[in-house]
Amino acid sequence: MFSSFMLNTWFAGTAVAVIAGVTGFFAVLRGSTFAAHAIPNGAFAGAAGAALLGLNPFVGLAVFSAAGALGIAGLSRRARSDVATALTFVLMLGVGALFVSWSTQYAQEAYSLLFGEVFGISASEVLPIAILGAVSVAVIVFMFRPLLLSSALPEVAEARGVPPRRMELVFLLVMALATSMTVPVVGALLMFSLMIGPAAAARSLTARPGLAIALSVVIALVTVWAAIAASYQSNWPLGFFVGVIGAAFFLAGQAWSWGRGKSGNTFRLAARSLR
Amino acid sequence: MSTELLRLDNVGVRLGGREILRDVSLTIRPGEFTGLIGPNGAGKTTLLRVMLGLQAVTTGAVLIDGEPRAHRDASTGYVPQKLGIEPDTPLRVRDVVSLGVDGHKFGVRLPSRARRELVDDMLTAVGARRFADARIGELSGGEQQRVMIAHALIGRPRLLLLDEPLANLDISGEQGIVSVLARLAKAEGIAVLLSAHDMNPLMPVMDRIAYVAGGRVAVGRTEDVVTTEVLSRLYGQHVDVIRVHGRVLVVAAPEGTDPEHDGAAADASVVG
Repeated sequence: MFSSFMLNTWFAGTAVAVIAGVTGFFAVLRGSTFAAHAIPNGAFAGAAGAALLGLNPFVGLAVFSAAGALGIAGLSRRARSDVATALTFVLMLGVGALFVSWSTQYAQEAYSLLFGEVFGISASEVLPIAILGAVSVAVIVFMFRPLLLSSALPEVAEARGVPPRRMELVFLLVMALATSMTVPVVGALLMFSLMIGPAAAARSLTARPGLAIALSVVIALVTVWAAIAASYQSNWPLGFFVGVIGAAFFLAGQAWSWGRGKSGNTFRLAARSLR
Repeated sequence: MSTELLRLDNVGVRLGGREILRDVSLTIRPGEFTGLIGPNGAGKTTLLRVMLGLQAVTTGAVLIDGEPRAHRDASTGYVPQKLGIEPDTPLRVRDVVSLGVDGHKFGVRLPSRARRELVDDMLTAVGARRFADARIGELSGGEQQRVMIAHALIGRPRLLLLDEPLANLDISGEQGIVSVLARLAKAEGIAVLLSAHDMNPLMPVMDRIAYVAGGRVAVGRTEDVVTTEVLSRLYGQHVDVIRVHGRVLVVAAPEGTDPEHDGAAADASVVG
């Protein structure tokens, strides 16, 4: 399980989990989970197009996920943001369907783009993931306070000179960047569950924004590592384990906050007396 | 230091071909408590957005310290009417107030003892210290108002604008917020401008009133502005100003009354 062949898998999985944990926190906070679904899944059309043209699928993913981010941000000026997201998404899926129909041997590759191919990954593929991952995390850390203010209290942020549309665009582009490099590893569907599950669980566990991001990353890491180990041992698909473990964390988070609400004051008093 | 903080000179705003504000002139001075009063849809929110620098004017000018406003600056704090934030949002009251200091700045700031004490002091000043560690989304509307006032004030603004802070509050909540604001205006010399559709809760503390109706504004001391003559001219129809039991009612004749005002009496409509 820890052979040199598997080493790249562990590295790539770790990078993907960190990226998903950080971007997912803001996706959930901003109510952009639909965009977090649409961008990776729509970008899959780009990989299909790149395959047709004989290009590296990464190029297609990057172009399509960036186009998706621009489309959602642009259309949101005129329409409600969920409608804008849906329109962008169906347009990308439609183009993807056309590309797949033109291609003769695409079905196998399509499967791996949707569900990932974390076990076959090579060292040369890990490096760009790590670099781009570091870039997108650095951008989010740099923008942390304005992004937090603009995500949670958009009207107040605007009054303080933080333009909401520009923040939306930058955030969607970071999500697109994160998507284009993680999709070939964990797949579009799993990237979505990794962005949402851990972040949603983390926000039930703590009221502190910084701690919530850290927890979101930790839960994403545990999910990915456990899924890789379980998938390696059982030969069952990675996606199955990512989905199940992610859902289990989310339910545990809900149970925790329900229990906290029930014993509410006792718990808070106990916590206060400990300080 | 100039004695005038903010001045609007003959400001007009058109949005999508509709005239929202016409010929609005008013001056705000440090330490002054101004009530921006008027019925719903009169243009109060647009006027607030003009003062914040979020709404461009079609005609006229907005001056800060006698200089034309270039872009948004830190001299103005803003408290919105409603936050619309989910109860489970991972953001504590103290995080929101801390974002009032530097929430618009990029880069990383590490937590510090000095910052924590500054936030605690501000929360104490607005009477919100006891829920400092609660999630902002779990608080009531009145509690959220206090937190947002602390968020705005911690950035040391010279002008504080509040959009309908008394809507959705009960009477004790109203009095609590109004007295906090009046105290801060006097103690810190901050100019406070607050919009409301009912002027009565503000009567004891208002230095000046800016009465908005039909896109136009009458500014001055309450007793000079809230009169049958001035308000009838502003509304463009006859309205009566009635004072009963220390309360002021602005009453329009039944014909041509605006159905939006739910304070309507049986035979007449109370418009402000």
